[in-house]
Formats: sequence, structure tokens, C-alpha cells
Amino acid sequence: MLCAAALLAGALLAAPPALAQPIPPAPDRSLADHVAEARAQALMRELRCVVCKGQSIGDSNAELAADMRRLVRERIAAGEGDAAVREWFRARYGDFVLLDPPFTAATWALWLAPPAVLALGTAGILLWLRPRRTPAPVAALDAGEEERLARLVEHPAD
Amino acid sequence: MIAELGHFALILALCVACAQATVPLLGAAWGEARLMELARPAAHAQLAMVALAFAALTNAYVTGDFSVAVVAQNSHSAQPLLYRVSAVWGNHEGSLVLWVLILAVFGAAVAGFGRNLPPALAARTLAVQAMIGAAFLAFILATSNPFARAFPAPAEGMSLNPLLQDPGLAFHPPLLYGGYVGLSIVFSFAVAALLEGRIDAAWSRWVRPWTLAAWVCLTAGIALGSWWAYYELGWGGWWYWDQVENASFMPWLVATALLHSAIVVERRDALKSWTVLLAILGFSLSLLGTFLVRSGVLTSVHTFASDPGRGLFILLMLVVAIGGSLALYAWRAPKLSPGGLFAPVSREGAVVLNNLLLCTGAATVFVGTLYPLALEVVGGGRVSVGPPFFAGTFVPLMVPLAVAVAVGPLLAWKRADLGGALGRLGAAAGIAGAVAVATLWIAVGDKVWGAVGLALAAWLAAGVATELAGRLRMARASGAGLGRRLAALPAGEWGMALAHLGLAVAIVGMTASSLWERGHVGALRAGESMTVAGYTVALRGVAEVAGPNYTAARGQFDVAVGGRPLMTLLPERRHYHTAGDQTTTEAAIRTRPLGDLYVVLGEPDGQGAWTVRVHFRPMVSALWAGALMMVLGGLASLADRRLRVGAPSRRRRVAQAAAPTA
Repeated sequence: MLCAAALLAGALLAAPPALAQPIPPAPDRSLADHVAEARAQALMRELRCVVCKGQSIGDSNAELAADMRRLVRERIAAGEGDAAVREWFRARYGDFVLLDPPFTAATWALWLAPPAVLALGTAGILLWLRPRRTPAPVAALDAGEEERLARLVEHPAD
Repeated sequence: MIAELGHFALILALCVACAQATVPLLGAAWGEARLMELARPAAHAQLAMVALAFAALTNAYVTGDFSVAVVAQNSHSAQPLLYRVSAVWGNHEGSLVLWVLILAVFGAAVAGFGRNLPPALAARTLAVQAMIGAAFLAFILATSNPFARAFPAPAEGMSLNPLLQDPGLAFHPPLLYGGYVGLSIVFSFAVAALLEGRIDAAWSRWVRPWTLAAWVCLTAGIALGSWWAYYELGWGGWWYWDQVENASFMPWLVATALLHSAIVVERRDALKSWTVLLAILGFSLSLLGTFLVRSGVLTSVHTFASDPGRGLFILLMLVVAIGGSLALYAWRAPKLSPGGLFAPVSREGAVVLNNLLLCTGAATVFVGTLYPLALEVVGGGRVSVGPPFFAGTFVPLMVPLAVAVAVGPLLAWKRADLGGALGRLGAAAGIAGAVAVATLWIAVGDKVWGAVGLALAAWLAAGVATELAGRLRMARASGAGLGRRLAALPAGEWGMALAHLGLAVAIVGMTASSLWERGHVGALRAGESMTVAGYTVALRGVAEVAGPNYTAARGQFDVAVGGRPLMTLLPERRHYHTAGDQTTTEAAIRTRPLGDLYVVLGEPDGQGAWTVRVHFRPMVSALWAGALMMVLGGLASLADRRLRVGAPSRRRRVAQAAAPTA
């Protein structure tokens, strides 16, 4: 924890590092490491600001969102992987915090609905088009009919 | 006094709408011309009454009559005139009055332009239109009276939400409602056709321009809303897959599908029953959007009202309108005569594919928007469905659609040669491949999706060019020069090319701005700087400035590239003292050749430093440019002479009438 705080203080660019005192609730600051910051920003877009109205913590002005952004950066700076950070938030806030809903007993219908609609629609269209593609097979004429047809062709007036 | 007049006008409008909803319908059923005739004057009278009410409400806002409750809640005497007017529809009650006003305008337009419609079809359409109007007017009068007085009247109003005090958002609701209501006309035509039990040439000729007009309004409204979110919310995002955004996006997807299937009905007399279903679905989704936004079911930035009584009323309306029209469809649609036949590989077949993908897309957005609500209702817990879900489900549906958009217009009606069409697209495939390779070579970060997006855009643009070139080559037989041949192309042809090209341009914007965004947040004191995407942004200082109803901290930032000074940016942090001390950020945005530089001034830390966010959004302007091209394409198509088949005969009649006096 102290290690994370030191890293965070380093990232704050603040001149006097006041390590002895707890860090004041400072506004969010990018991490100095560009790769780590890019990872943090990608994660921020996947986490929901739990007091906001459907916004990610990456696009919210709420104070809680700023706190959550700081937590994301803290954990990334501490060397945690993306999955671990996600899991950390999920353990605290539940599935609600994940904007990318995990495939669970509660969400399988959500994830399967789009492919199901596409499959049903495709099947419906194929069924609807099928009779047009293959005209109904015509039974062959029997001998009597053939004879009558030949007569009709020769003498249309009959 | 004027407010009471407005209230009475609304009540009269409801009475007129009730008469218009019933008498012409009976007239059409009994073949009584005089009863059918009532529809036209009633539509005009309804417009007059609603316009009077709207004018009375606007008057209350403009003059600052704070004894009217909604004015006191949403306006302030220091608010600039534009925002005193836009405050009329910046709240629940007023936005409904705007809804019925646009509904009445469209209804009167059908009555006015539709003189050459078959009388029974016109009477039934106007009657159905009046049913929708009556339902909304009753809703306003029963649950959301905009003219209710506040007693005692406050001396000053509480001001419009500062986020809404913006030109973009002043025009966003009227355009969006124009789209929703335009779809209501198409819905009325569809229900009228089901009542008649037949769909003929007159029907399809009438439905397409109204669909097109609604689609143009919806496209412009959604783009304007997205643009507003981009510059006003201060984060540079342009689409959040927010439930309210989705509520307007679903009707757009279905309207786009309808726009294409209506062409098939008009040209080929096929897909009639399906088009009627799309017309019903399009307006049902508009109603659903209204329900989601107005009932307070959702809690989102856009929601102004939350009142369960209102929610129940709209839900009832939804059930009657959607359930009733779908029941009518199930009963009557099988009686519609089947239309022209076509092979799967044909222009019609391409439209069917378009409809399949767009409707699946709409269903995906529908499920993603309502699933969390439904799950909570059944006690299944709370989940969030956000951008990653839609990126994983919706975007993959749009990729094959964009591929097909280039091919569809090259196919012939009835039966087409797919190999020939693909052969003509050889050059387009080459260009797309080259773009993909170049993207993989140059780009950093998410290369694969970037290559897919840009290659799709190139494929689509080259496909449009191929199609236009083919048209011109065909016209060469006439021996006219290139200029003449270009001018001789029908406006609808230009419209389609422009709209499809707009899609390609928008894809570039979406891909680049979402995949290659750069951003940095830091604290800056005067004299310090940060560098993002090669732009060095230095804070010179922060000054206090005063606006009409706010005070602002205005940062002055000097931007330089490679040590060379480039420009000064002035983002603001506004403090609206009239609106409960709300703070908004006004980002400073400058469009550069490769993208937008986006600078936001955040909060001060009290020790001389300010939080500053700098974003670079590559090619985001292409998104707005693409949307604008789609709108212009729609307008060009609307101007096509072929859509006004009835017009010459009327002009001739006018000419004949004028001749004797001349």
C-alpha cells in the first residue's frame, strides 16, 4: 500500500512529496508511464460510475468517478493485471460495475439474443424465398394427356 | 390570462382530435363522402389550436411569467432569449406540447398535400393520426398540464439546466420529434392500408417521401445530440450507448430499413406486407422511446420527469397502439395481395439483407437497453450493459451491412448477376486491401479493427464511385457531354450516392476517433505545459469572466507544435449561480487536419494549480461530416421529381384555372 502511495505521489508531479501524511483526495492525474496510462484509460471505459446514469468512470464528472479512476491508476501502478483490477472492482461493487456484462446465469439470454434473432431472421427469409427459387415440380403428363396436348397444338380451335 | 387561453386551446384541440379520429373513419366505412370530408378541416383546426397553445406557452417563457409553474422551474430572467425559447421544450410538459405541435403540423401537411390521395385512404390516415394526437393531448391535460399556475408566484425562476443551455440542444429535440412524428404519419398510412385491406401504387408513392422526411429529421436530430454530447459533456465522447440515446437509435435503424423496403414496394410492388410491419414497428419504437424517456423508468442525464402516474398512462398508450396495430396486422396482412417475385440475388434481395441486418441491429439495441430493466423487475440482480456489449454484438452486424451497401446498388431488379457486380468492384476491393495493409503498417494500438474500419470505408466509397461511373457510362449512349450527363442523373440517384458516401465518411470518423484517441490528465500551474499527440499545451493563466447568467474561469492555453506557436485556446469552467450553483465545462475544441484537439479546464486545487485534460480525437469531424452528407442525401432524394408524381396534374389544374382570367 505504501509502495502504491509512493508511486502515486510520484505521478502527482506535486513538488513536496508528503509521504508521512495520508494523500489528500487529489483530483485524478495521468500516470507518468504512457503504456500504463493507456491500460488504465481502457479499463476506465469498462467500469461503470456506480452513482451515475449509465456513464463509465472514464466519462464522468462525479466525485466518486474521480475516486474510482484514482483507484484504477493506483492498482495499475502497483503492477496488477487488467483482469485483477476488474475482479477487484467486481468484488466490491458486484457485476453492476462492469459495463461489459460477464456471461452468467443472469445474462446468457442477453448475449445469445442477437445471434438468435439473426439466425431466426435468416431462417425465416430462406423459408420465404424457397418456394420461389424452386418452382413446384410438375408431374409428368401421362400418355392420354400427351396425346391431347399434341392435338391441341395442331388444332388450337378444338 | 394568456396561459389559460393556451390551456383552453389544448382542450379544444383534444375535442377536435376526437371528432377527427372517429367521424372520417365511419365515413370511410359507410362510403359517406361528407363524413370523410371532415378530416381535412379538422386537421387544420387541430393545428390552429395546438399552435395557439404553443404560442401561449412560449409567450409565458419569453415574458418571464413565473406564475406559470413550469416557467418558474425552467427559466430565469437573466437567461438569453434563445434559451428562454428553447426552455419551452427543455422539460417534460413543454416537450410534449412540442410533440403534439409537430404532430399537428404533419397532420395538416397530409391534409394539405394529400388532395390527390384516394378519399377513403386520406380520411382513414388522418383519423389514425388524430387518434395519436388525442392520446397525447389527453396525456398532457390529465398528467402534465404545462399551464398550471404556481401560487404564490415566485419572483424569479429556477433557470434551465445549464447543460441544456446550448445551441445544439436547443434544436436537438425539435428535429428528433420531427423524426418520431414523421414515423407516426407512416404508421397512420400503414394502419389505414390495413383497414382498407389493400396496398396500391398511391399508397407506396405517399409513404416513401414521409419516411424519407422522418429519416432526415431523425438523422439530423441524433447527429446533433451526439455532437452536443461531444463538446458539452467535456469528455470528448460522442456516443455512450446510453439508454436514451438508444431510444432514438432504434427507430432510426428501423426507419433506415423502412426507407429501403419502401423503394421496393414503390418500384416492384413486392415486400408490401413486410413494409407495413416495419412502419408499425418504427413508430412503436418511437413511442417506446418516448415511454422510456418520459416515464422516468430510466434514470439518465436526459430524463426530466419521474412520475409513476405518467408512466402508467404512457404504458397504456403503448399497449393500445402497439398491441392494436399488431393485432390488426395479424388479422389483415394475410389478405394483402402478394407482390412481384424476385430471385434471392437481386436488388430486392439486397434490400432484404439490409433489412435483416438493420432489424437484427435494432433488436440487439432493444435487448441491450431493456435487459437490465427486465432483469431487475424479475429480481435477477443488477447488471450494466455498456459500450463493450454493443461493440461485441452490434458492430459485427454492421460490418457485413457496410460490405453489402457497395454491392446492392450494382444489382439489377428481379434477377441479378452477382459475379458481374463483384467483378465491377475489383478496383474497390484493391483500394480497400491497400488501405487495410497501409493501416496495419502505420497504425499503433488496435490495428486489426482499425484496418477493418478504414478498409470498409474505402470499399464503400469506391463502390459508390463505381456505381455512379456505371450510370454515367450508360448515359453516354445518349451522346450528351459529361456535364449534361451528370446533371441528368435523377436527384434520387445523387441522394443515394451522397448518403452511402456519408456512411463511408462516418465510418472513418467512428473508427479513428474511438481507436486512436489520446488523452492526458494533469495539474498545471501558470507557465507549465503538457504534451499530447505532439501538441504542447501550456497554461498561460486563468481569468474570471462574466456571462449573462454565469461567471466563468477562463483558461488561456498556448498550443505549440515542435516549439512553433500555433494557437490560443480558451476553455471555460462555468458557474451558473442562477441554477443552484451548477458548474459546467466548456471545452475548447480546435479541428486540425488529422483530428480535434480538445482541452478541458478542470477544478483548481486551491494552491494555484488546475486540473487540465487534453484529448486528441483523430478524424472525429468526419463523423459529423458523414452525418451531414446522409442528411443532404436524404434531402436530395426528397427533391426527386419522381416522388411528386401527383404534382404535375395539380399544377395543370391550377394553370387551367388561371388561364381564363389571364
